[in-house]
Amino acid sequence: MISRRDFLQASVAAAALLGGGGWTRLMAQQGLTEAQLLDFETTGNVTIIHVTDIHAQLKPLWFREPEINLGVGMAAGKPPHVTGADFLKMFDLKPGTPEAYALTHVDFIELGKAYGRMGGLDRVATIVKAIRAARPEALLLDGGDTWTGSYVSEATKGQDMVDVMNLLAPDAMTAHWEFTLGRERVDELISALPFPFLGANIFDSEWDEPAYEPYKMFERGGVKIAVIGQAFPYMPIANPGWMFPGLSFGVREERVAELVAEVRGEGAELVVLLSHNGFDVDRKLAGQVEGIDVILTGHTHDALPEPVLVGNTMLIASGSNGKFVTRLDLDVREGAVKGFRHRLIPVFSDVIAPDPEMAALIDETRAPHEARLREVIGRTDSLLYRRGNFNGTWDDLICNALIEEREADLAFSPGFRWGPSLMPGDEITREDIHNATAMSYPAAYRVEMTGETIHTILEDVADNLFNPDPYYQQGGDMVRVGGMGYSIDVAKPMGARITDMTHLATGEAIDPARTYVVAGWASVNEGTEGPPIWEVVESHIARKGVVSVDPNKSVRVTGA
Amino acid sequence: MNLTRRGAIALAFGAGAATMLPLRTWAATNNAEELIAAFTGGAATTEGGVTIGAPEIAENGNTVPVDVSAEGATAILIVAAGNPNAGVAEITFGPLAARSAAATRVRLAGTQDLVAVARMADGSYARASRNVKVTIGGCGG
Repeated sequence: MISRRDFLQASVAAAALLGGGGWTRLMAQQGLTEAQLLDFETTGNVTIIHVTDIHAQLKPLWFREPEINLGVGMAAGKPPHVTGADFLKMFDLKPGTPEAYALTHVDFIELGKAYGRMGGLDRVATIVKAIRAARPEALLLDGGDTWTGSYVSEATKGQDMVDVMNLLAPDAMTAHWEFTLGRERVDELISALPFPFLGANIFDSEWDEPAYEPYKMFERGGVKIAVIGQAFPYMPIANPGWMFPGLSFGVREERVAELVAEVRGEGAELVVLLSHNGFDVDRKLAGQVEGIDVILTGHTHDALPEPVLVGNTMLIASGSNGKFVTRLDLDVREGAVKGFRHRLIPVFSDVIAPDPEMAALIDETRAPHEARLREVIGRTDSLLYRRGNFNGTWDDLICNALIEEREADLAFSPGFRWGPSLMPGDEITREDIHNATAMSYPAAYRVEMTGETIHTILEDVADNLFNPDPYYQQGGDMVRVGGMGYSIDVAKPMGARITDMTHLATGEAIDPARTYVVAGWASVNEGTEGPPIWEVVESHIARKGVVSVDPNKSVRVTGA
Repeated sequence: MNLTRRGAIALAFGAGAATMLPLRTWAATNNAEELIAAFTGGAATTEGGVTIGAPEIAENGNTVPVDVSAEGATAILIVAAGNPNAGVAEITFGPLAARSAAATRVRLAGTQDLVAVARMADGSYARASRNVKVTIGGCGG
């Protein structure tokens, strides 16, 4: 691992080598134009375009980046575990600028008014076409979490996303949430894909054999490029394993090392890992496995304006929800990367013109559902967001809905990182509710748990986030708890992190021996019963008319 | 719904490992070190020379794949340091064995170390361990 100073020197050296330019200077200018956002001096002989974690978001959206994103162990204090003002300082960005708005939570509401929504796959298509115009052989790679996360993607079981992505024409993809459509459906969709679906770490659990294509060799710009796919390693643990029986995942570091050797043996001059490991897992992997030139990271939704270098491996973080597109130009000669130019292109939806062909296809896929999507259920007085380690107002609203509509003492909402934001004063449509809840195991359960069980669950989830060894982390954020406060010391070992659990309704300590009624959703267990979470949330918002969510001060964090 | 505590854990975030009791540690009372001492006859063990492979996080605590190998070993002992009964397997390799390696599956009561001890041809012993996490799971996203 290189120091921050070395990292800066490496970036500066690369920029000097390739002629300067980059994010800061361009974006600091007041008026944004499409030409500025797309400006890029084509460099070297290879171009990689990376998109990841789109979560079926086809239309421009608000997406507030995290305020709290703690790193532990070797990741402490390093990107992406730097947020807000510290992030701006680390990357020399000025508050109030478009890049500050795109990359941090600082002044999000005010800056949103100035710079507008981001994303939209029709805008992404414009960017991809522009890059392909400059470099026709550019390689477009999709890091997965593409096919699920919206009303229409659930209604069509991922077909809308497959159709739209086919028009964008990636050269390969890997996966995570895709498998929650069910293994049969995934295999059905894959069989019709015009590009490879890669997952080197997906094995048949009975025969311990590779279950999907591990890598694909490309020849672009005269360079032999190997793209190795790495699906989400903790699939059957973090998501319902019964939905994709017979498949085993895992980081499988030795397997990655073997494949790197194999593709080098086949003459690969550039080795790219198209990964859904999560940033910290990839950072560790880059230090353990020699010979990977570029890791296109995913899963943890981080957006970084510069590559992170680990030895000779470059880690790229391209954000989520269609908010960014990464362009990486590489100069590959004699089997080695001699230079690069990188840009995390922010997709400002009011600046980048929609691609008409893609816009038409998106509208076509939405048309049968448009009336239901647009129906206004209520309005919010508060900023609704999800992303952040501990709580977000969207999940607080979901927890309130679960407690009130399901008559529970406490509520659990999973620490998902997907789900766009809504601004204060925004109408809440049915589509907005589904954007925060759409999934294939949505049953809102209602069960009794003792205080001891609740503590056990919180400790378990906390260790999946704050275990000092990234290979023992699952990604995702801390489970959100409604109706209860607690303290967490992230530096402590498992079993000792969570203290001071308090029932907020009574102000009393949670009694380990007492039984509480807990409502939640997204259980990974087969046969979970209850109404879909979006119905619970919709009836709650409809009943309230206007919702207000106060800042959540009931989780006290130490040790970071 | 009729639920036990165990069922409630699994329902909330469960990976479906029905016998799993997180946080309960058996290590203080189990017989791992006794088994190792019996295997080595009390001889000292050194690090290196034996490898043990297992997933970092078990996909199913009831059946966790584990593989061991030690070039030139005549026997390898595998113990689960956190199970109520630590014994997993003792594999002996005859002179005709091409490799001193084996793979099996083990049921784990909770997060714990798996330990492999290899008896080398010269009578020395090598030891390696691997931490396997058994988790409720369910919140990655």
